[in-house]
Amino acid sequence: MKAIVNIFLKEGVLDPQGKAIHHALDAIGFEGVEDVRMGKQILLRLSSTNREEALKEVEKMAQEILANTVIEDYTIELV
Amino acid sequence: MKQIAILQFPGTNCDLDTKYAFDRLGCKTHIVWHKENSLPKKTDLVVIAGGFSYGDYLRSGAIAKFSPIMKSVTEYANRGGKVLGICNGFQILTEAGLLPGALKRNINLHFISRFQTIKVVNNTNRFLHKCQKGEILDIPIAHADGNYYIDEVGYRELEQNEQILLQYCNSKGEREVVNGSVDSIAGVCNKQKNIFGLMPHPERAIETILGSIDGIKMLEGLIA
Repeated sequence: MKAIVNIFLKEGVLDPQGKAIHHALDAIGFEGVEDVRMGKQILLRLSSTNREEALKEVEKMAQEILANTVIEDYTIELV
Repeated sequence: MKQIAILQFPGTNCDLDTKYAFDRLGCKTHIVWHKENSLPKKTDLVVIAGGFSYGDYLRSGAIAKFSPIMKSVTEYANRGGKVLGICNGFQILTEAGLLPGALKRNINLHFISRFQTIKVVNNTNRFLHKCQKGEILDIPIAHADGNYYIDEVGYRELEQNEQILLQYCNSKGEREVVNGSVDSIAGVCNKQKNIFGLMPHPERAIETILGSIDGIKMLEGLIA
């Protein structure tokens, strides 16, 4: 089983990299972009076959190390 | 003679400068590799030196917080021991939850390396008690992730408890935006005031030939 962890800065926490990308998009003529947030994606290949257990485990990983919950939110997808 | 333990992670690069500074102050310094399980006996101050522990992978300081030595550092701090985190050391302390807040990418996305004036905001602690409130120090900064973030509730707490120790300022002492930090914060301590983290590098301002001696004054106060 694979898990995809997406990590973004929380709403309300200024994202300087997203802002710079937004500026660049404007500068090269892409209109209609209202906001850009940049995040990271971490892919995990898991030995577990139990979805519930896997989700619980990845949730723990995200809380303990993958994300810094002071400034970041995360989502977990199992595929 | 004061005993100073200076932590060394893979990627730490200010450990020897920090050792040199404390040696000059007449301290007994010990470089402690991160795989060690304990600190030297009778340690008076633990310093987490600057650099790029684990190449800043994932987030600055995020992986170093799980090194074996950090367990002893946490226990030492919980017993009231003094801990200082400089630059990457500050990032490690916030990641470990020993200091409030977090350090994000600088607002202009640049690595900023230059001399910077900083102001002593509070001196009611064991670190800056030898400095005057409002005193301006000229100390180098060198970081990409120094943009201090804390939510409003946390900020109010810092203010009330006099935990904001240093702020970026101009030569007149007026607050200055340097990296996007909330309230231009350059250094904070924990509520119990025995853990101090700062982005500037006092160990780089210890001899006239380096351009400033304000750093040695700060470090001297830390161990007084």
